[in-house]
Amino acid sequence: MTDWQERYATATRDVYRATLLDIAKSDTRVFCVDTDMGGLEDGFEAELPDQYVNVGIAEANLMGVSAGLAAEGLLPFANTIASFAATRACEQVKVDIAGNALPVRIVGTHGGFSAGHYGPTHHAVEDVAIMRSLPNLTVLVPADAAETEYAVRALADTEQLPGPVYLRLGRKATPLVHRGPYTFRIGQADLLRPGRDVTLVASGPVPVAESVAAAELLAGRGIAARVLNLHTVKPLDAEAVLSAARETAGLVTVEDHLVTGGLGGAVAELTAAHHPCRVHRIGVPDGFHDQVGTETELLARAGVTAPAIAGAAEEVMRERN
Amino acid sequence: MSTPTTTTATDHAAMEHATTEHAATERASSDSATAERTTAEQAQLMREQILQMGTGPDGTHVGGSLSSADLLTVLYQEVLRLRPEEPDWPDRDRFILSKGHASAALYAALSARGFLPAEELAEYGTSGSRLAGHPLRRLPGVEFPTGSLGHGLSLGVGTALALRRTGRSGRAYVLMGDGELQEGSVWEAAMSAAHLRLGGLTAIVDRNRLQITGDTEERMGLEPLAGKWRSFGWQVLTVDGHDLDALRAAFAALPGPTGQPVVIIADTVKGKGVPLFENKKKSHSVKLSPNLHRRALAGLRARSRRQS
Repeated sequence: MTDWQERYATATRDVYRATLLDIAKSDTRVFCVDTDMGGLEDGFEAELPDQYVNVGIAEANLMGVSAGLAAEGLLPFANTIASFAATRACEQVKVDIAGNALPVRIVGTHGGFSAGHYGPTHHAVEDVAIMRSLPNLTVLVPADAAETEYAVRALADTEQLPGPVYLRLGRKATPLVHRGPYTFRIGQADLLRPGRDVTLVASGPVPVAESVAAAELLAGRGIAARVLNLHTVKPLDAEAVLSAARETAGLVTVEDHLVTGGLGGAVAELTAAHHPCRVHRIGVPDGFHDQVGTETELLARAGVTAPAIAGAAEEVMRERN
Repeated sequence: MSTPTTTTATDHAAMEHATTEHAATERASSDSATAERTTAEQAQLMREQILQMGTGPDGTHVGGSLSSADLLTVLYQEVLRLRPEEPDWPDRDRFILSKGHASAALYAALSARGFLPAEELAEYGTSGSRLAGHPLRRLPGVEFPTGSLGHGLSLGVGTALALRRTGRSGRAYVLMGDGELQEGSVWEAAMSAAHLRLGGLTAIVDRNRLQITGDTEERMGLEPLAGKWRSFGWQVLTVDGHDLDALRAAFAALPGPTGQPVVIIADTVKGKGVPLFENKKKSHSVKLSPNLHRRALAGLRARSRRQS
């Protein structure tokens, strides 16, 4: 195991906490706003009590307080669960944060089905659709712990990112996508694998990992699948997506989110306007998913597996021929 | 959420209310010379301007603007430290109109303080104007756009916390409607402000006792209101919201940045100063026809003459 693999063999939220503390030590604008999440008090509050506040289990308050802090020149990281950020506190995000284009970093853990057996109150499969629809918001979905560190460090740059950001994280350790350092740029798709036959466009830890595995399966069948990690869902890297639409048979989008409104929706909107092509969307179907299971089990039921992705890619190619 | 409804007020019987206001003059609303006016005269001018904005294309929230007029005038004329020529002055006081539907009163206050030309008030609600039915963020002097009820106090908590953290001298003031207190988010913010001892944050409640469908106590009772705030850890000052001296005294008694936050419960009259509208739930949102405006203005001026 390389140092890289050892360092990032952890959950996105764990590396987030460590990175946040690290940047806050040198950037006194950073302000950690907690809603009693558990885990921020031991590290962050213990070391930097003057840059920490717990506003209680009160997500509407979280967003309003964070907007107030940001308006005064601080750089608040608003911490809650993805579902609560996007649905419970949606209006405060829309009006107070997004509407004012304030540099609040909204950090939602338990993205997608990563809350597992906690059930649908704690799942967030509509958050990307909601956040993507709000003005001025950048929407980031890191694919693994290493990418999370890149993203969190990028969030401290208020010249590059003067507006609000939604950072969607998971809960448990997920596979590493990269084996070592790479170039991470917000708004720029990460080309994980070249290919000219078909393109897999993925966001989120499990979807990206399963897409990479699907490309391996397809390679064994003589199909060269391009794999794009869209860690930035908004603004979408239009050039990377449209190039894939032009250069390959079609697109398969893969996400741990509803098939409407999220990555698949964004890709379908873009291609419909600029280069109509076959877009097969894999993700969570419409419904209230009140079934018990682990993250990977729940996603497997939704069809987010390497074999299903490979099958969809082959179907896209057959339809093209 | 706010669900304003617009009704055209019909003739209501005038109601007499004794107040401690001083005499008001009958200056034209467009007169922007403010230096020689007393605070009471400014409040009277604000009321005339509110009525004028009510003649705009879709009317305005007349009742709740008139009930806030005296406390907003005291705030903007005597309390808030602001620099109209430098709206983002770091040490300014921050005022947040959480009851954003009283925007007409706010615009009049900003105009009196020199943030807006008085002539611009005539553009209220017209296409392309900066003066919306709820304040927009582009307007100088507006800290946050508001209108959806229950947002302002959390914004004030964040603002006061940041002011304390950065060591700036400004205070944060948040004006809420009494019906607004039915929003649960208000109490999230109230709890946190007291817990964090944000003495630099002052809440003001315009207690006019009427919401769109009627008396607050019949629709969704708020009493015991002072007791609610006290139990949430606030110091409560209950004042006559139309008594300028009482308001002055309340604003003079505020704590430092780590003190117990104060809420000023201002007992007010919805539609205050205009007999047609006083204590009328239908005054909530009114489009004033020329005829209605003429009668409303005459009532307002007659009232002020009697008190002079």
